[in-house]
Amino acid sequence: MSFRLEARGLDCERDGQRLFAGLGLSVADGDCLLVSGPNGSGKSTLLRMLAGQLPPQAGELAWCGRVLRHGARALRANLLYMGHAPGVAASLTPLETLAWYQALRGERGDDDARLAALEDWGLGEGAGIPAGQLSAGQRRRVALARLTLTSAPLWLLDEPFTALDRDAANLLEERLSAHVRAGGAVVLASHHVPALTVAMSRLALGESPRPDEVAV
Amino acid sequence: MGAGDADTGLATAWAATLGRELRRAGRRRGETLAPLTFFALVIALFPLGLTVQPERLAGLAPGLLWVTALLATLLSLEALFRDDHADGSLEQMLLAPQPLAALVLAKVLAHWLVGGLPLALLAPLLGVLLALPAGSYLPLAVSLALGSASLSLIGAIGAALTVGLARGGLLLSVLVLPLFVPVLIFGAGAAQAALVGGAFGAHLALLGALLALALLLAPWAIAAALRIAING
Amino acid sequence: MWRAIHRLGSPAIFYAVAGRLQPWCWALAIALLLAGSLWGLVWAPADYQQGDSVRILYVHVPTALLAQSVFVLLAAAGGVFLVWRIKLADMLAAAIAPFGALMTLLALVSGALWGLPTWGTWWVWDARLTSMLIQLFLYLGVIALRGAYTAAESGARASALLALVGVVNVPIIKFSVDWWQTLHQAATFSLVRPPSMPASMWLPLLVMVAGFYAFFVALALTRTRSEILRRESRTRWVRERVARTTGKAAR
Repeated sequence: MSFRLEARGLDCERDGQRLFAGLGLSVADGDCLLVSGPNGSGKSTLLRMLAGQLPPQAGELAWCGRVLRHGARALRANLLYMGHAPGVAASLTPLETLAWYQALRGERGDDDARLAALEDWGLGEGAGIPAGQLSAGQRRRVALARLTLTSAPLWLLDEPFTALDRDAANLLEERLSAHVRAGGAVVLASHHVPALTVAMSRLALGESPRPDEVAV
Repeated sequence: MGAGDADTGLATAWAATLGRELRRAGRRRGETLAPLTFFALVIALFPLGLTVQPERLAGLAPGLLWVTALLATLLSLEALFRDDHADGSLEQMLLAPQPLAALVLAKVLAHWLVGGLPLALLAPLLGVLLALPAGSYLPLAVSLALGSASLSLIGAIGAALTVGLARGGLLLSVLVLPLFVPVLIFGAGAAQAALVGGAFGAHLALLGALLALALLLAPWAIAAALRIAING
Repeated sequence: MWRAIHRLGSPAIFYAVAGRLQPWCWALAIALLLAGSLWGLVWAPADYQQGDSVRILYVHVPTALLAQSVFVLLAAAGGVFLVWRIKLADMLAAAIAPFGALMTLLALVSGALWGLPTWGTWWVWDARLTSMLIQLFLYLGVIALRGAYTAAESGARASALLALVGVVNVPIIKFSVDWWQTLHQAATFSLVRPPSMPASMWLPLLVMVAGFYAFFVALALTRTRSEILRRESRTRWVRERVARTTGKAAR
């Protein structure tokens, strides 16, 4: 399947500070984009805008050429976004959490597949206990198991390497490469430059002089 | 692509969300039962603070039961979206390719099933403590069942608006208590009317009308509020 | 027409237009309020039942009317802001909300002051006073919610949504409170509708109401303008304007 997410002229201002202005980018099937920049440069904000979660002060998003109104479903149906918080409820087991995420996309799935996904990420043991008893890294792995299960082609991942040990990080790099090679797309906000086996373009935020400083 | 995207799966997603909420409530029994305990405890305090004369207590009982049930509901509202917001599940729910108003309705329904409905069932028992005559048990329970559903819906708007705020709890009560007034008036009115042997049908009909209106409008408001609050 | 509205939606243009209108509004407000006060408090006859205390009417009625209209306007501005994302609507909402709360408070206080000679007590759970009290809490919620958010944009949107929710509820609250009162108090003395008000009373009342509204418009223009300057302080047009006025002052 071919798709394209385009952003045009995005402006972002937070607490009176201009983070970026007139930002444009395009992500299509088979693309991998690394968004880098120092803390507070607007990486997370940009990802939230691309997910349609945060309305930009100016500019627009287009999915496959169609301009999206705020939070449009055409984009969300093809999107897997992972933010700073893993989205794993403490009182539910990893299996239940994964089942809910599948159901939100209208998929029933089955426990065998979910268990396999968890085992894939080294969590076979903890699959049936409430996630509150797992460590931060393990909860992060539960969230990453969604990558194994999902059918969404576009992944927006905000600092996915946080709290992961070396093995899990390697596995994630492997999965990201495989997803891009299979015709998916990944946008990644990270300090860590992942070792991918596919071509990766880069977008550096907060390094170029800010437009309003130039204008005065 | 296109039409095939946004179509199916709402029933699956809705049922799964309702099931998830009920399961979560069942796992955190302490938190789920706290409003009921509060309800029973406060009702037990009134005779100690007011009077133990049965006829005077009975006269006050509908109002006391209703106001306390309303406060118990208010207490439980703060937790409605709090944990989901903290652990990131709420963010994911907002990104689901389903109408958010429908998913939110599943959450509110669960809130009522484990909160308002048990309150309504418990109220006649506590009515005994307040010397409420047996004839008004049924109208009391029905008015609380109908009314607490409206309270859950209206209160969820406030809970959504304050979900990301540090001291949201206090603000939540300022936001929603004024909006609770009509429900309180019709609900306590029904129980009061039943107590004095009057017709309470009109009160219940009005409560039902309020609930219908809340069902129609509140889910959209809750969804819009969540989309605002998620960006804190 | 539509384009004119859109042009007015630009803060810079609104700032200029409002700047030209506001002296006239202030002049009109002061003239009407002076005339109305004199007429109502000095020349208008005292009520044969209530005596001079009926003159509280000339403050109570305008503030009560404004308390309600400002809330409707607040919600309308909120709706415009949420749907079309016109920032000016939010600046207007931020500028008028405290005024609306103040009017509600004044209506309550004047009602209570009126209650003492009429009912012999400061507070009676009269239907109007009760709905006014609830409305005051609605105002306070809208104002507090805006301040509670750290991100100004989110706070503005949240308080706009709450104003909309509130305005849907206001008629329901009014209805429920009226209904509640008919059950609890069979017939109290109605505050605002004396059997029939003679022209010598309602004419000055009309002038006072017009004066209060003119005052509101003038204040809204002035406050919105300062809100515009505060929020747009880093834009070019404000900087140029400041440079021009300070330059003029220097000359």
